[in-house]
Amino acid sequence: MSIVDTAKSAAQGVVQGVMSKLVPLAPDSWIPGGTPDPLIRHQHGLIGTEVSRLDGPLKVRGAARFAAEVPLDNLTYAALVFSTIARGRIATLDTTAAEAAPGVVLVMTHRNAPQMNAPALFGTSATACGASNLPVMQDDSIHWNGQPVALVLAETQDQADHAASLIAVGYAAEPSVTAFADAKAKGKERGLFFGQPLENIVGDAEAALAKAPHSIDRTYRTPRHAHNAIEPHAATIAWDGDTLLLHDTTQMVSSEAATVADIFGIAADQVRVISPYVGGGFGAKGLWDHQILGAAAARVAGRPVRIALSREGVYRIVGGRTLTEQRVALGAEPDGRFTALIHDGTVAMTPHNNMPEPFILGTRSGYAADSFKLSVDTVTMNMMANTFMRAPGESVGTFALESAIDELADELGIDPIALRIRNEPTKDPLSGLPFSSRHLVAAWRAGAERFGWDARPAVPGSRREGEWLVGFGCAAATYPYYRMPGAAARITLTRDGEALIEVAAHEMGMGTTTTTAMVAAERLGLPIERITVRYGDSIIPGTIMAGGSQQTAAIGAAVIAAHRALVAELLKLAGNDSPLAGLSPDEVGSEDGGLTRIDDATRRESYASILGRAQRDTVVVAEQASPPLEQMHWSMHSYGAMFCEARVNAVTGETRIARFLGSFDTGRILNHKTARSQFRGGIIMGLGMALMEETQFDERNGRIMNPSLAEYHLPVHADVPDIDVIWTDIADPHTPMGAHGIGEIGITGVAAAVANAVHNATGRRVRDLPITLDKLL
Amino acid sequence: MSIIINGSPAALPADPRTSLLDLLRDTLSLPGTKKGCNQGACGACTVLVDGDRILSCLALAVQYDGRHVTTIEGLAEDGALHPLQQAFVVHDGFQCGYCTPGQICSAIGMAAEAKRGIPSHVSEDLSADVVLTRAELQERMSGNLCRCGAHNGIIDAISEYNTEVAA
Repeated sequence: MSIVDTAKSAAQGVVQGVMSKLVPLAPDSWIPGGTPDPLIRHQHGLIGTEVSRLDGPLKVRGAARFAAEVPLDNLTYAALVFSTIARGRIATLDTTAAEAAPGVVLVMTHRNAPQMNAPALFGTSATACGASNLPVMQDDSIHWNGQPVALVLAETQDQADHAASLIAVGYAAEPSVTAFADAKAKGKERGLFFGQPLENIVGDAEAALAKAPHSIDRTYRTPRHAHNAIEPHAATIAWDGDTLLLHDTTQMVSSEAATVADIFGIAADQVRVISPYVGGGFGAKGLWDHQILGAAAARVAGRPVRIALSREGVYRIVGGRTLTEQRVALGAEPDGRFTALIHDGTVAMTPHNNMPEPFILGTRSGYAADSFKLSVDTVTMNMMANTFMRAPGESVGTFALESAIDELADELGIDPIALRIRNEPTKDPLSGLPFSSRHLVAAWRAGAERFGWDARPAVPGSRREGEWLVGFGCAAATYPYYRMPGAAARITLTRDGEALIEVAAHEMGMGTTTTTAMVAAERLGLPIERITVRYGDSIIPGTIMAGGSQQTAAIGAAVIAAHRALVAELLKLAGNDSPLAGLSPDEVGSEDGGLTRIDDATRRESYASILGRAQRDTVVVAEQASPPLEQMHWSMHSYGAMFCEARVNAVTGETRIARFLGSFDTGRILNHKTARSQFRGGIIMGLGMALMEETQFDERNGRIMNPSLAEYHLPVHADVPDIDVIWTDIADPHTPMGAHGIGEIGITGVAAAVANAVHNATGRRVRDLPITLDKLL
Repeated sequence: MSIIINGSPAALPADPRTSLLDLLRDTLSLPGTKKGCNQGACGACTVLVDGDRILSCLALAVQYDGRHVTTIEGLAEDGALHPLQQAFVVHDGFQCGYCTPGQICSAIGMAAEAKRGIPSHVSEDLSADVVLTRAELQERMSGNLCRCGAHNGIIDAISEYNTEVAA
């Protein structure tokens, strides 16, 4: 990190520090969510029902146009050449054969790439979203094995690919760090996550551990992971004078437009990013080198560019989840009460990014204990910048913590669910804040009953059916409620009772557009058929990132604000002849196609009548969401209890998942159909993490060895059992709609539930993911 | 030379390197068939050739002179969704929708294979008629990857469609 970045980071930390001292002390009524959202009381509307995806018919017909499918005249196709060393310089570069190849329009290297500013690193400003702050193709230096060193534009993709293969690059290698052990030997730094150190100390946990009557002290390891969205990264890019249009597949349209504008030294409103369909994201669909290179090439060539990464290209220039080495040590009284909770360890990063896989986040509010020692240290390596991947921190952190709790339960001879319930905190164990909504114990009890937990083999390795050893395992799941600042919504209401809701949000399969329409329909008192949702376009006001499971809350709060503005505007238009005359926006709600006095339903007027009398065809309001102070006032999280039945073949060591149940406590569930799918999706990605997923990194040269879907194994249909999902459906009184985002919690706890089930089946404890059969033979 | 795509003839490409997938997506503006890996590992590019499911990324377009290719765009008739497409919507057999066209085309080809009695790795009796149990469906659909994790909904949709076709 540069000095400037460190200073920015520190300043951000100070502001957050002051706020975090004041906001908890404020009265509830000053805080967003202090008064429950009235929609929580609506029990007979669309919320809480099963609604099929509104974009479903388009997608099953193959008619949704993804970023690489946008038609443009005079289009050129791009191919990239990637470095084959981890660090050094380009010594020789011969592009003559490529330039002479059929169909070639441009060969771009550091010699002729336009001058561009380095991307602003994610988190360094409200809109900065560079995955790394390395300048892109500005000089001959190489920083990771796979860095783009040349780009070819041609009339067809085949011509571009062929010409790229003709470029000869010679390298002068310089010393690099590509082995984790070497990186650790060079020294560690405490990880900083959004300006705050990843460290929590309460009491003397090491001393408490040493004198605890029962304890365990273990090391767990998780490998690198790749998101592997089935849609590879792609963009279709065109300049119109100094205005740039990017048809992209991204989780951050507004931030990307602002960051790209900075890179090219143009105003933010000169870049428009459109992304209506994202073919899977999971944290990976952000701003990487290819959009920047594609835009640069389009500018140099004076023609539109389609840059669609090959699958290998995605591995080379899009980062994944980094590896972790975690220690969990637990000290406990004979009754199971934790006296010490230690969770620390090391992750790898690069010098150019800021994603220290924060595996202690879930531990911070997971359990009560007398003492805590939590930290994440980072070391740097020459590798592709790692990034967010579904539940960054919690997904791998819960593997370590929840495995360790299972090990302690074994040591104590206490049922692992009972041990967890015994250490259930009554308030946030570190911040002391009250929980906004925590019903994890209820989720445990409901899950245990539905799964039939009492049939768990009491002794590991004791149940055998033919060749198969059978075991049950469980683990807690957890992910925070987040709501990021900057969200906005625009509502256009027409005289005939139609509403257009515009949010700069994203649909990558979460069902966002459908739930947004459902919620807006209820909020405005209109049938869902009369609601249109427009999204995925940076010209819509506000910034709503599809990350941190926050879109639902961010959109919810923005629509609350815009709806309030709409009510105020309608009351103004209604004037003195309306039955609503003299009422303030606080006294009025939307119902049945109009406004109604909240405590007197006889005083109402329809939207059509108000607009008709005012001789208006439409009313348009745009409003920012309230600042998300609720997160500093309450400890806000989602929870889950995960249950797994694993069957391990005693002959081959093969593990099959026979059953899986997720029992969730994540506020009120808005759309039961899409929510079930999101939970299952997270769980299935967790099964992959548990049993097969690993980005294999050659520690000799920093090269990713399995950059393909043939060699990076994902769960396939045959690996996925019917996954049972239940939820408490208890509304969080302090969030919009009483809901929490649920995109990430599903993956948390899964790997531990599987590892614990494998232990119960075999007596073998695997602390090093993935649990491949060689580790069980 | 021509190839029949969804009932209409199309010219074969001049460049013999052009895959059937790129012909569909880049030349014929039929991007419903998806490119997930371009190396036969993900199934997103599955189309039907004379009723058989193939991976169009591993097929050179020039090989298919005179053959009938059906893509996802060719399944819906008169604007109405194919029953399997409808079942995918009802059972939420997708999230992002990118693997979906391949899953649907693959499932149609798979049902035809089963009807012809072609056994799979999990078939108990190699010579018996194929009964498409859940395990059979999961085995036979495993060449179509889904990363969002819609597997349960996909198998539910295919299962319902097969039951309706059989009835």
